[in-house]
Amino acid sequence: MVSQPLRPARPRDAGKPRVRQRYSGFQLLRQALRGHDGWAPAWRDADPKASYDVVIIGGGGHGLATAYYLAKEHGITNVAVLEKGWLGGGGTGRNTTIVRSNFMLEPNIQFTEWGMKLWESLSAELNFNLMFSQRGVLNLAHTEGQLDAFARRGNAMRLGGVDAELLSREEVARRAPLLDVSANARFPVVGGLLQPRGGVARHDAIAWGYARAADALGVDIVQNCEVTGIHREGGAVTGVDTTRGPIRAGKVAIAVAGNTSRLAGMAGIRTPIESHTLQAVVSEPLKPMLDTVVTTSAAHFYVSQTDKGELVFGGDLEGHNSYAARGNLPVVQSLASALTSLFPAASRLRMLRHWGGTVDMSMDGSPVIAKTPVGGLYLNGGWCYGGFKTTPASGWTFAHTVARDEPHPLNAPFTLERFETGRAIDEKGMGPRPAAH
Amino acid sequence: MLIRCPWCGERDHAEFTYGGDAAAARPADPDAMALDAWLGRIYTRDNPAGPHTELWQHSAGCRAWFKAVRDTVTHEVLATGDPQARLTPDGSS
Repeated sequence: MVSQPLRPARPRDAGKPRVRQRYSGFQLLRQALRGHDGWAPAWRDADPKASYDVVIIGGGGHGLATAYYLAKEHGITNVAVLEKGWLGGGGTGRNTTIVRSNFMLEPNIQFTEWGMKLWESLSAELNFNLMFSQRGVLNLAHTEGQLDAFARRGNAMRLGGVDAELLSREEVARRAPLLDVSANARFPVVGGLLQPRGGVARHDAIAWGYARAADALGVDIVQNCEVTGIHREGGAVTGVDTTRGPIRAGKVAIAVAGNTSRLAGMAGIRTPIESHTLQAVVSEPLKPMLDTVVTTSAAHFYVSQTDKGELVFGGDLEGHNSYAARGNLPVVQSLASALTSLFPAASRLRMLRHWGGTVDMSMDGSPVIAKTPVGGLYLNGGWCYGGFKTTPASGWTFAHTVARDEPHPLNAPFTLERFETGRAIDEKGMGPRPAAH
Repeated sequence: MLIRCPWCGERDHAEFTYGGDAAAARPADPDAMALDAWLGRIYTRDNPAGPHTELWQHSAGCRAWFKAVRDTVTHEVLATGDPQARLTPDGSS
């Protein structure tokens, strides 16, 4: 007899049709009265087949969103998402959950705003509560010059159809009452730029919601399946080697931010990317004290309060190449000092946990969502700090690129070749210094 | 993370400034470099998971620049030497 993996006995689970169970208030009440033993798994834990039309490498938000839009928008359902660990265990589960579209350069404005529009209706579309909360993203200005630069960026945003409001010091103080806006503050506040439609979302939910919706459309989600090689023949991709055996594929799409260089390297592609560690910290829970996202570039710091009451905050990179997914204490110390400088009331707060994640830092601070020199091989990576917020737009445009073998106008500027052609998209004007973006 | 400065010994990494991938250093004869090689040097990286040859400055110490081989997965500094030193990936010099 073939041994079966052990799983808890759930008698009502047996023989359930592979149909997505619709979530609703009524369903919740019904299940509550039955002791919650009637919930079906949100997606099938699929075993890999020998062949697929499209294999997506990476079961984070971007890969799962790509699978969902391939099936929904392009009718391609013979798709596998291969994840080396568990769903959403990389950048998707390690970010600080901020969603915004407050950019200045045209390609970034259009792309991130499309993502924002998708976010706004996504919970209903996926029938999954993403806890998307448009509580505003507030950038603090500490000098008159910085406020002028914010006015410029705010105007660029408004010209691109994005909401933006320039705030005075008093308006900033009203929105964040515990923020130190006094003249003696370590970082004196002179004003701010607010994107009211920005906010936060539940990071894990975006992976789970897309996984469940993609699964219902026929996509195989395969966990614990690491890709170890990419097969090519005559300049085109033919499949992948994995820890669960070889899989043939008509097309292969890479969405593994953090490890993009390693995967692209398997197909002989050198990338404009360095891997770095970014840390984040969560405090013990508090009563409500901050109902918006506050960021400052003076200390490079961003903070928001979760629905559980914890302050979640992050800041700078560690500053050196790393795949360790864990950082060092000096950055944690600088984060704590930035928090207490801005919010003196937080000075006695204890840290609950902190963690690191590996991010792709690209040479201009912008991502790559593009075809590659290898036929049938597509690349999605280089997300720097900003992968989470654009998950829906990334998946949507990447699915288009894979399905039609050409980019959508929204992601057409985000090529691998833009550095050679002088079309870098350098929002901060830092040049090819990945750690500085 | 502890980094061994070739001149000052092992010190906390907060004393150091990162200078990036040593392979991206400016070539001795820039005029002799083809366009492709320039693009590769400026914009693309090997970005290995494992031993990585890189430049550091002991900015809060002797202020000298030096070369290091550091494992990007474990953060262990395997070898250090002056900026022109030929350090092998496994850490022996």
